[in-house]
Amino acid sequence: MLPGTATGDKEDKFTAGIKSKTIRKGGFFIWCFQFYSFTLYLKVLFMSQKIEDDLQHIRKMMEQSSRFLSLSGLSGVIAGLIALSGAFGAWYTLKQYGIDYFTDTRIVAGSGLVKQLFCLAAVVLAGAIGFGALLTIRKTRKKGLKVWTPTTKKLLLALFVPLIFGGLFCLGALYHGHFEIIAPLTLLCYGMALINASRYTVSDVGSLGYSEALLGVIAMFLPGYGLVFWALGFGVLHIIYGLLMHKKYQ
Amino acid sequence: MSLLEHLNKDFESRVRLGIMSVLTVNDRVDFLEMKEHLQITDGNLASHISALEQKKYIEVKKEFVGKKTRTSYKITKNGKEAFEKHINALETLLRG
Repeated sequence: MLPGTATGDKEDKFTAGIKSKTIRKGGFFIWCFQFYSFTLYLKVLFMSQKIEDDLQHIRKMMEQSSRFLSLSGLSGVIAGLIALSGAFGAWYTLKQYGIDYFTDTRIVAGSGLVKQLFCLAAVVLAGAIGFGALLTIRKTRKKGLKVWTPTTKKLLLALFVPLIFGGLFCLGALYHGHFEIIAPLTLLCYGMALINASRYTVSDVGSLGYSEALLGVIAMFLPGYGLVFWALGFGVLHIIYGLLMHKKYQ
Repeated sequence: MSLLEHLNKDFESRVRLGIMSVLTVNDRVDFLEMKEHLQITDGNLASHISALEQKKYIEVKKEFVGKKTRTSYKITKNGKEAFEKHINALETLLRG
């Protein structure tokens, strides 16, 4: 009841009663409005949560369906180990020919030695790719996913097209006898290929690519240590990133 | 509530959102692949697919591979536009 209105005669009392009733009614309306706006607030809150979930779902579906995510980390480790043993093999082969890699400065072009080193490189490459493919296929099957999908095709194309062009370019450098740029060039091309391929797979492959490319650039400034940089790039980096990926996605 | 008008009722379910997202980033996706991505049952996927097909948001193609039929889906131009509009509406709602 409002103060000051309920003074005087009956009529005043009567009107005051009506007034207080309407005020109470108004209070009810206000309460209704507050309740309504509160539920609206909750609704909006709930909806924005739903929208956020929806957008996240969309993002996840887009990524999952366009990237090959079951790359095996262990295959990286094995590739690294094979590369390290290959580098050791190269060093040992040179030694057998009476050449110490780190102290000798003469350029070797004996056909027998070059052939042997070339064979070694081919075996290392085939071994690394073979094991990598085998382990990745096994992991994909274990997850119950198909191996040969349009995404896999895109990934392989993105990886091998730059790699093949880079490889041919390196053959050209070999042909002209520019042995000193082979190690930096292969690291650089491999890094670029990985960066390109990372669009279709886990992002760690991209980081590995940047590391390899950087290593290639550094190697270009420090000639004469090609074998060491090869061992670092194809061996140590593969092992590190392989272990990282294995831990992250297991 | 005029903002809500841009939201497309046809894309309200999770499954349909998933189907449209997968088809936006991939050219052509077949039934098994779609099922793998969304992790739902055959019947569930089929009913949502046919609903989207009726609205002409996606295109269904059936072909024979050997003796088996292979059903694949592709997003239509119409569907791409509608889905983009829907996502934009979602984003503006979230920001506004």
